[in-house]
Amino acid sequence: MNPPFGIPPELFTILLALGLLAGFVGLNGLVLVYLERKVAGHIQRRPGPFEVGPHGILQPLADALKLVGKQLITPRGADKWLFWTAPIISFAPVFVLFLPIPFGPVLTAMEMDLGLLLILAFAGINVLALCLAGWSSENKWSLLGAARAVAQSVAYEIPLLLAVLAIAFQFGSLNLSTIVSGQGAWPWQWNIMVQPVAFFIYFVCALAETNRAPFDLPEAESELTAGFHTEYSGMGFGIFFLAEYANMIVVCAVATALFLGGWNGPAAPGVWWFLVKVYLLLLVMMWFRWTYPRVRFDQLLNLSWKWLLPLALINLLVTLVLVKI
Amino acid sequence: MRQKYRIRLNVTTLQTLPQPEVCIALLFEIAPNQIQRLSTQGLAMTSSVSPGRLYLGGDFYTNHFEKGSSPDTMILNMGPQHPATHGVLRIIFELEGEYILRTEPVLGYLHRMHEKMGEEQTYYQYMPNMGRVDYLHALAWNWAWAGAVEKLGGIEVPRRAEFIRVITCELNRISSHLLWWGAFLLDLGAFTPIMYGFDDRERILDILQRPTGSRLTYSYYRLGGVAADLDDTALDMIRDFVPYLRSRLPMYRDLVTDNMILRHRLEGVGHISVDMCRRYGATGPTLRGSGVAYDVRRAEPYSVYPELDFSIPTDHECDGMARYNVRMAEIEQSLNIIEQALDMLPTGEFWAKNAPKPKWKAPKGEVVFAVEGARGKIGVHLVSDGSAKPYRVKLRAPGFSNLSLLAEVARGTLLADAVAILGSLDLVIPEIDR
Amino acid sequence: MIREFGKALQGLWSLAIGLGVTFRAFVRPQVTVHYPRATVDDANLRTYHGHVELIGKDDAPEVPRCISCGMCAMNCPSACLAVVKQKAPKPTPEQTKAMEEAEARGEKVKKPTAPKDPARFTYDFSLCSLCGTCVESCPVDSLRFSTELYQAGFDRNDFHFDLLARLRGQAESRPGEASTPAQGGQ
Repeated sequence: MNPPFGIPPELFTILLALGLLAGFVGLNGLVLVYLERKVAGHIQRRPGPFEVGPHGILQPLADALKLVGKQLITPRGADKWLFWTAPIISFAPVFVLFLPIPFGPVLTAMEMDLGLLLILAFAGINVLALCLAGWSSENKWSLLGAARAVAQSVAYEIPLLLAVLAIAFQFGSLNLSTIVSGQGAWPWQWNIMVQPVAFFIYFVCALAETNRAPFDLPEAESELTAGFHTEYSGMGFGIFFLAEYANMIVVCAVATALFLGGWNGPAAPGVWWFLVKVYLLLLVMMWFRWTYPRVRFDQLLNLSWKWLLPLALINLLVTLVLVKI
Repeated sequence: MRQKYRIRLNVTTLQTLPQPEVCIALLFEIAPNQIQRLSTQGLAMTSSVSPGRLYLGGDFYTNHFEKGSSPDTMILNMGPQHPATHGVLRIIFELEGEYILRTEPVLGYLHRMHEKMGEEQTYYQYMPNMGRVDYLHALAWNWAWAGAVEKLGGIEVPRRAEFIRVITCELNRISSHLLWWGAFLLDLGAFTPIMYGFDDRERILDILQRPTGSRLTYSYYRLGGVAADLDDTALDMIRDFVPYLRSRLPMYRDLVTDNMILRHRLEGVGHISVDMCRRYGATGPTLRGSGVAYDVRRAEPYSVYPELDFSIPTDHECDGMARYNVRMAEIEQSLNIIEQALDMLPTGEFWAKNAPKPKWKAPKGEVVFAVEGARGKIGVHLVSDGSAKPYRVKLRAPGFSNLSLLAEVARGTLLADAVAILGSLDLVIPEIDR
Repeated sequence: MIREFGKALQGLWSLAIGLGVTFRAFVRPQVTVHYPRATVDDANLRTYHGHVELIGKDDAPEVPRCISCGMCAMNCPSACLAVVKQKAPKPTPEQTKAMEEAEARGEKVKKPTAPKDPARFTYDFSLCSLCGTCVESCPVDSLRFSTELYQAGFDRNDFHFDLLARLRGQAESRPGEASTPAQGGQ
């Protein structure tokens, strides 16, 4: 494909990818909201959304429209600038996060050698948004939520990194496409078989990083009303919500690429295998949410520092030794 | 109309005047320096307060509470609108980080003057109020009132009515515990258990709907009996329900009781010693969770409970998990009671023929009667001057005593623990405020 | 150390069991009644006590059995019932004349008496606590609970019922079936 207007081909690919990604993220947000509500409904033995469209399939669209139509209220006493930058900061990195993810053999927005590093680096920005949102709302519940978000992110980023590092050492590359190509078509050829501990640590940390139950402390509904986004109305809240779901997709996509063989599958490898695996992981995340109670804050940190971090270190050491041998 | 206008006028002048504190002070008759205090350290958050901005926040309770606070701590007002306070309870915390230094419950948002209403209505007419004091275990309150008046007037209750009361009251107790189970888990962040609890509770409501006609605020017991008989369909439904709920209990255990996260959240949290229970007058599962086997059904036997064989579950751990375990064991005990009562249910009338009519005049006297509710000892203290209306009605709600514990138990715990403790006390706010 | 690991594994196993419970629930059919498409079954509905309504006479379903004694209104704890008796009809000139003649003859005069059924029977559902005191204190069993479950209104006045009008409506819509609880609006 020849790019029009004399744009450099690399830039054109990235722009095209960004456009497609925006659509993908938005659409996925809607699909995931629907899925989440349906999963919740069926787990609780009720139908879930049912009224808008057949089986309520248009419900998330109606919700989105409602959110768009709502008034944006800035609380009196809030820091207006920070208050409204926070949702944007939370959503902006999502596009960068998607760039190095290998959806298919050729379907990668930007092939880069440090793809994994890029994702890990930009995923850390989200916590800044939560922190700002909580701080600038001038609401005590939001402030508590922000404090929790920061401590939680810092605590869980380290074991997450260490778990991912084990895979990176094993393949000697931070390029996600390389890691995916290094795995076979069948489940027993995937990294999860070689690195089950790393996968376990990664998944637990991913739940914590995306603030999903049972680690949803920054927005703990029954404790902090809505945590850091208590004061946000309309699309302010909507963007946080969308960013949360986009981050879920990112962590699941990375997990798929690193541990579940990416686009490889027993038959007809391609983007569909990737999507199927991502969605299965997302369903598991939802399943967790509707099963478990929330952990307490100190327990959450204890889990990270006392269990996951040593486990990840040991796992990394063992990997290193085995790779060297 | 005129008053409204005056206030609006004041507010407009307020905007034009340079010193808003003075105007507000004039308007609300507060000393200007007090407002200054409020605006600098009052409801303002820990972030800086820009000069000149006015905080009119804080009512008597927050202002009163703030007096002891230091600059390092934060006053947090939880409720009366908060997901964890189940209604309109309000709690003020003084926090350092997330640790609670002091806490104080503020009551009265749902005060409906039930005790005063008792003085204005006849003995018969007061019954519907009882369903609304504690809507979750309405029949226990029904029973407390009926029992007190029956004791006062020496009214005989037919034996069948006594058994019907036992069966329906225990069913209601199970439904109350099931709702508590779900709501408690909701406090702890698990969304699904409440739906499973509701699934089973709904069956109880269907059963209780047959004789009582309602699903929540029952007004079913009458002076000298019950309002309607338990028909064969209802009895069959109960007979089916008992084994059904028994078969569901393992699921509850698998999903929740054995869950590691729940155990970590509850074990060792909210330690209530026996001594503390005695000081505050805590009863019910809260007291039994501290290892004291005190149950009004055994301690001050009423009705046909002495004839029934059941045990009083206790737990010596004194923590949230102990109270949880006690309630879950009580569900099983209530099922046992229902089974026995169904077998022993005699035939006969369900409402004494010579039962008091609505305009019945009680003999002069004073009487105290207590029953065991889902939350503890429900007491009615009744003074009669011989007329058709009570002279004085005092309702003893177990939730009030249990809530009083909170200030002492929650000290030094995390905010999340305070929510767990609140849930483990099983509070029903209408009962506390009455 | 090993005990700690054992405990952790046991805990993880308990979490897995929890997942199993929710998964089983996930694949099972729903238990809720899907309201606009399905409703609660009739047997359940019939035991529900909705607002209070009048019962018609067996031979004249549009006339209540009520004898306007006012026991219900007097015993109601929330004063939500109001019963107004009918006035005795004014005697026609012929009747007056006949009465005067009879009086002149020294016979016992039979003045026209008021019909027993009430002139007005109003009910404020917004005050009612459905305790059943009125139903129990009615000497002629003229009151009962309806099975009206699906009731909604936009105005407080929507819940001020004229029970006589309601009874007439029921009698018209289902002639000869007045003693069964009726469905439908007020």
